[in-house]
Amino acid sequence: MIRLQGVTKLYRNQNNPAVEDISLEIAKGEFVFLVGSSGSGKSTLLRLMLKEDRPTRGTIHVAGKDLNRLPTWKVPALRRTIGTVFQDFRLLRNKTVEQNIAFALEVIGRPKAEVAVEVPRVIEMVGLAGKEKRYPEELAGGEQQRVAVARAFVNRPALLLADEPTGNLDPTTSVGIMTLLDRINRTGTTVVMATHDANIVDQMRKRVIQLDHGQLVRDQARGVYGYLS
Amino acid sequence: MRAGFIAEEIAAGFRRNLTMTLAVIVTIAASLSLFGAGLLVRAQVSTMKDYWYDKVEVSIYLCSDASDTPSCSGGAVTPAQRKQIRADLKQMAPLVQQVYYESQQQAYQRFIKQFKNSAIVQNVSATALPESFRVKLSNPEKYEVIASAFTGRAGIEQVQDQRRLLDRFFKLLNGLQTIALGIALAMLLVTVLLVVNTMRVAAYSRRREVGIMRLVGASNWYVQLPFIAEAAISAAIGALVATGVIASIKHFGIDQRLAPSYQFTSFIGWDAVWSIVPLVFAVGVGISVVAAAATLRRHLRV
Repeated sequence: MIRLQGVTKLYRNQNNPAVEDISLEIAKGEFVFLVGSSGSGKSTLLRLMLKEDRPTRGTIHVAGKDLNRLPTWKVPALRRTIGTVFQDFRLLRNKTVEQNIAFALEVIGRPKAEVAVEVPRVIEMVGLAGKEKRYPEELAGGEQQRVAVARAFVNRPALLLADEPTGNLDPTTSVGIMTLLDRINRTGTTVVMATHDANIVDQMRKRVIQLDHGQLVRDQARGVYGYLS
Repeated sequence: MRAGFIAEEIAAGFRRNLTMTLAVIVTIAASLSLFGAGLLVRAQVSTMKDYWYDKVEVSIYLCSDASDTPSCSGGAVTPAQRKQIRADLKQMAPLVQQVYYESQQQAYQRFIKQFKNSAIVQNVSATALPESFRVKLSNPEKYEVIASAFTGRAGIEQVQDQRRLLDRFFKLLNGLQTIALGIALAMLLVTVLLVVNTMRVAAYSRRREVGIMRLVGASNWYVQLPFIAEAAISAAIGALVATGVIASIKHFGIDQRLAPSYQFTSFIGWDAVWSIVPLVFAVGVGISVVAAAATLRRHLRV
């Protein structure tokens, strides 16, 4: 699903690369935690996978496409195969729950009939049935993140990238979001989640990739947040 | 393609950005009105050229008692001189197509007719106007042949090519047209800057929507279309206003005021107006859309 080979990203006006010489492979259907302290390069890696940035060196393959060779006009097609969730939810305040989710389908030109079927289905799946007409500010943080996950998943992407999705949530709510992401993973969607929430990583026992100052320092199947002593 | 969805997005854009959109409409209307006015003047000049070049002649003014050029030192033209000039002119066929004689009395009648709206008529008497031969040339460019043959001859006060007089007048109109088009150009430049700025504000005020659209894989077309349509619609409204202004110039300015007062010349018809209007729309909408698209390329990149 994802293959990075010798990927280095050097931002302008910065001496140290954000990520340096990263090589890794993530198979279809995997659930992978990307861990490391703030500034270790987790978000940079996710941005590179979305082709929001180009790597300074190295090649990135996502969903079978070499991102360096992907022409700009094909980037939207790539992003339709990727769902994204962020720490700050990024919902539209002037749209209701169902409008926010429908927006993701409407702007890629999906027909009305499909939107009418898919949106209620995904709302049901994330457990927000009955709250379709609410506005984001009328929802609790965890519910807002569920809307964001629903929006990311409504197009049934092959890959879901989540950047600190539980960063703004309390532990109990976080567990709910993790259950949801796990369920999405079970449908066959590859999930890559950047986090520094040790509890979650320890509970899930999934593959852990650890970054430190832009270097890949650990890649462990069924890992935990810190090193096992 | 979801036409309904895009229409909603455009309407939302208008509501959000109302003041800037109004500013764009007003500026476009003003600059396109000037642009159209410049084109009207140009059409008018060309109509008058067609009308007058067909009628212009070389005038050979004969000496009267009031003449004071050296060739008139012998006093007013004598009947013998007049007869000789007419005969010489006739000999110059085929260059000379036709020769009319206009007496002082005829010249006075024509003068009164042409300037009936002007106070100057009261100050001119028949004897102040010279008698003349009006010569129609088969090729108006060959004016010099007539001029060199007759200038300075006894009994002839002056040989005048009316075309040169007209050219001076047309130069004046062309100057006006250039000024109008120049101002229009400057205003179109202002319009471009304003559209660029409006698009920047619009892109900024909708950055959350745009960010999500890009994230979920909306094509550039989908992201930019509402903005570009907004620019195109504003420009079209401006062009519509400008069309109203141009039509008013034709209807109130030319048809109701100038044409009744100056019946000796012809004025542009509505066909000229209808050929200007599409150009005004094309220029207005074209400039606005290009400016918008160029701005969005920088501010809404994938």
